[in-house]
Amino acid sequence: MLAYRIDRRSGVATYLQIVQQTRQALRLGLLVPGDKLPTAREVVEATAINPNTVLKAYRELEREGLVEARRGLGTFVRRALATTPADSPLRTDLDAWAARAKAAGLGREDVAALFTAVLEDHFQGDPS
Amino acid sequence: MTDTALEAAGLGRRYGRRRADRWALRDCSFRLPAARVCAVVGPNGAGKSTLLALAAGLLPATEGTVTVLGATPAAARHRIGYVAQAKPLYPQLSVADTLAMGADLNPGHWDAATAARVVSDGDLDPRTRVRTLSGGQRTRVALALALGKRPELLLLDEPMADLDPLARHELMGTLMAQAARHGTTIVMSSHVVAELEGSCDHLLLLRGGRIGLAGEIDDLLAAHRRVSGPADTVLDGHQVVESRTTGRQLTALLRPAGPLPAALTGAPPTLEELVLAHLRGPQDPAASPAASQKATA
Repeated sequence: MLAYRIDRRSGVATYLQIVQQTRQALRLGLLVPGDKLPTAREVVEATAINPNTVLKAYRELEREGLVEARRGLGTFVRRALATTPADSPLRTDLDAWAARAKAAGLGREDVAALFTAVLEDHFQGDPS
Repeated sequence: MTDTALEAAGLGRRYGRRRADRWALRDCSFRLPAARVCAVVGPNGAGKSTLLALAAGLLPATEGTVTVLGATPAAARHRIGYVAQAKPLYPQLSVADTLAMGADLNPGHWDAATAARVVSDGDLDPRTRVRTLSGGQRTRVALALALGKRPELLLLDEPMADLDPLARHELMGTLMAQAARHGTTIVMSSHVVAELEGSCDHLLLLRGGRIGLAGEIDDLLAAHRRVSGPADTVLDGHQVVESRTTGRQLTALLRPAGPLPAALTGAPPTLEELVLAHLRGPQDPAASPAASQKATA
């Protein structure tokens, strides 16, 4: 079962954090079609956020066709976003690249800055 | 059934009888839809506790009316849970006796399982006497008593003040789960805005006994902008909540009435920024009732 981690100082709207973390779990194959998302009650009990925020996030995921609400049963994953499974060649390349960057003496923030800059070059103007 | 949990019209309360006595609350009009989690914020002495006590039916109004779940506070009493700031409990009773009293006082609608769970989540021995509990433990027992009643409206006066950060997070989670499961409307006062952000979706800001701001938090945040720009920027026409000039720079929090000057850059404020700006800025009683009604309509 997916556990959401809410960062109140991130500046990202809380419902969007839930949407993004769900998409991320779908991309990484941590969630697959048929899996059940935690109920609103389970999420708010663990995170102390407002129930309506969870419902708003689930409605957004439903609108994107990623999940579906089944009355009285819960919210279930409809389709995967598994474009890059955890063992894909792209991930292996990136893994090797990160290892080279570290060996070359770059710190975490240097690597993140470099990666973000390249990401910007290639995906300029794309929505997140 | 009604879709309004709490409604006030021209509500006021004065302590004492002489004309010069202090109005704790005045000209208070707002509507809170059901199934909301509402934060009541404001500095000490703003009227937060008075408003909650009026809604709970523990104080009579000096003027105006307050309607609770479509009825008078007295008629709705069995559907309301109220926890006062001092968390009054009988000190000589044990925790178990206190919950048994809750069951006796609420025949037919006592949720023993929920009450017992709220207490046991805090590692409280049911045999402990209330007198020997810490402040945080008393809060937990008082909340167990209020939640066991399975109220449709829960009125909490500074519920988290005595709690450590861990217990605060746990109890807020318990309250949110209650709201998710039963659609309970929760109204809680606090002067620590940060602890309410994320949990509350409705805001009632009190200042000097009057409503300064009221409405859905998302709408209020979207309606305001925190902006900065050159000091000579003209802000006429926009409702300026607070503005400050430092050297050549102007920073302001405002409610735009239309497109903003191109020289300004800005973003929606956080809840804490919005609340602090409204508490610091000049009080404008003429604008507040109209603004609050518009925001809650």
